[in-house]
Amino acid sequence: MTVTQPQPVGPVLDTSVAPPGAKKIADIKPDLLLTGEHHMCPGCGEPLALRIYLEAIQELGLAQRTIGVAGIGCYTSFSGTMDVDLVQALHGRAPSVATGVKRMKPEAIVFTLQGDGDMVNEGLQEILHTAARGENVTCILLNNGVFGETGGHMTATTVIGQRTKNSLEGRDAEYHGYPMLIGDLIAQIQGASYVARGSVHNAGAVARTKRMFKRAFESQANNEGFSFVEVLTMCPTGWFIPTGDGPDYLQDTLAEIHVMGELKVDGVVHNTEQLVAENTRKAEEAAAAKARDLADKTGA
Amino acid sequence: MTAVDTRAAAHLMEGSEAIATAAVAAGCRFFAGYPMTPFTEVLENFAKQLPPVGGVCINAESELEAVGMAWGALSTGSRAATGSTGQGLSLMQESFSEITLAELPLVIFNMARGGQDYFQSTRGGGHGDYRHMVLAPMDIAEAAELTQLAFFLADKWRNPVLVYGDYLTAHTQQSVSIEPIDFGPVPDKPWAVNGELNGTGNSRIVSPLGFAKTGHESVGIERHLRRMQAKFAAIEKAEVRVETGYVDDAETIIVAFGTPAKFVRYVVAQLRAEGEKVGFVRPITLWPYPYETIAQVSEGARSVGVFELCGGQMIEDVRLGVLGRAPVVGIGGISTDGSGFGVGPLLDVDIIRERILAIHRGGAQAELPPLPDNERG
Repeated sequence: MTVTQPQPVGPVLDTSVAPPGAKKIADIKPDLLLTGEHHMCPGCGEPLALRIYLEAIQELGLAQRTIGVAGIGCYTSFSGTMDVDLVQALHGRAPSVATGVKRMKPEAIVFTLQGDGDMVNEGLQEILHTAARGENVTCILLNNGVFGETGGHMTATTVIGQRTKNSLEGRDAEYHGYPMLIGDLIAQIQGASYVARGSVHNAGAVARTKRMFKRAFESQANNEGFSFVEVLTMCPTGWFIPTGDGPDYLQDTLAEIHVMGELKVDGVVHNTEQLVAENTRKAEEAAAAKARDLADKTGA
Repeated sequence: MTAVDTRAAAHLMEGSEAIATAAVAAGCRFFAGYPMTPFTEVLENFAKQLPPVGGVCINAESELEAVGMAWGALSTGSRAATGSTGQGLSLMQESFSEITLAELPLVIFNMARGGQDYFQSTRGGGHGDYRHMVLAPMDIAEAAELTQLAFFLADKWRNPVLVYGDYLTAHTQQSVSIEPIDFGPVPDKPWAVNGELNGTGNSRIVSPLGFAKTGHESVGIERHLRRMQAKFAAIEKAEVRVETGYVDDAETIIVAFGTPAKFVRYVVAQLRAEGEKVGFVRPITLWPYPYETIAQVSEGARSVGVFELCGGQMIEDVRLGVLGRAPVVGIGGISTDGSGFGVGPLLDVDIIRERILAIHRGGAQAELPPLPDNERG
């Protein structure tokens, strides 16, 4: 038997020492995180989402009144690393637990952390009713379209064609049914005040999603009712693709169906067509700006 | 045990009102439930009584959410409760297991359809190695007292306590007086979440999994589960509650709990007055179970009868207590009204008397009179 040694995917940088001339411009670890380490797979998007919502809470000055409720999934290990009071809930049950917390501590900022399996499969009823009650909490969905923790199984948000361990030839609508667009569904509910879908697949998306978190927490602080931020996260392990392909796969596969943008702001619902138009306009603007920039630099 | 003084300022009250009133007197400030007969009026009374004292009662969208909401409220250190019938509690079992492992002081009310939920209450329908204390009042005055005791015991042990009532507990009326009962001090709740320690490295986590925050020593799931077993053993030693009557020279012992036990008590007293050597044991805690009492009183008894309104569930614990010292025979059975929610014709003093006398005179092998049928089948 011949044994093939794994080859490095690309050039490997020595990150143990700072390169000459490098300047630290930001702390790598948010204040509300006990450690910069995590137990996620390489290429996972969940630690990025964790980082930006903790930064959002800190920057809004809400750190000392925040209580989290976590569901069960890969992200459950964040329960121990977030330096935030936390209630560990069962799979699917975080929104009702958060309801009990908030009703007894109305002055607290209460958020839930769930994955798509947790929220959209197991706990769909809870999230919808919590939204309908206008419960003044912020629910966070880390949506990677797959049960990551069990090793890559189909969830209610898995998109058509996506390969999982129980949809080996790709999700087939006739056999498996259609994915559920939970953010769009929640936006329709009267009790929901702010609903957005972001992503962490590139720097621009990270910055945009952090703004979404801020708006959601602000809306809770202003007692405006239920707020919801869905974040598309990379799961190269559960998608069975090379680690480095995660962001592109997210953009081309998940984000095509779970379209990013603000789904409800100040009571106004934005549908998929509007979001696509908005995203296309922004992309065109960015491309035009880049072209102008290039033209300026080259003096053309 | 501190008794509710039913003479002072007593007034006629339905059981469900008495339970909610007692819970509020005990400091309960959160309740969530889903309507289901015969529990519904307990929910109604909480909905009425909690808002005026600054509490919250939520008409949850399902039993799963009801218990989840109570879980959240408990995590903040508030006294909180939920409830249903056994059917509704079936839906909550996953959370009951984990709330126990998270050591949260939940109080649960089961207004059961008869005695059919003994197994569910004492064995649990949930997963894993967990135990709940179970209190079984025989009437409304005792339900009011045990409701307050339930909140105390839950806090004392950081463990759920279930109060087992039935249709008659919830729907009949009795003259009771409900004042807050001081059972003594309970431990502080430094584990309760409020966000104040966030960012200090000492934020809290309420978890059934034996988790700790990074930088703090994690108990780990195995040690956590073993520690729970040690706690359950301590509860078994400390919290057994039982009433006995006429057992010293009794040839026949009847064991019953809850509402049926009040009937049995009455019948046994009547038979004693007539000179029959009959006694009774009434477990007030169904877990921990009064095995020792059952063992003692069965020594020298000719037979032990178990009267329960189900196919025979508690009889297994009676057998464990008796351990072969005397024959054990079930003298109860399934008996409901036509709806299946309420009380059947078996819960009747004359019929219970006949059945007790059958084994008292004829021994454990005696043929019992046939079970009475309700008119609606």
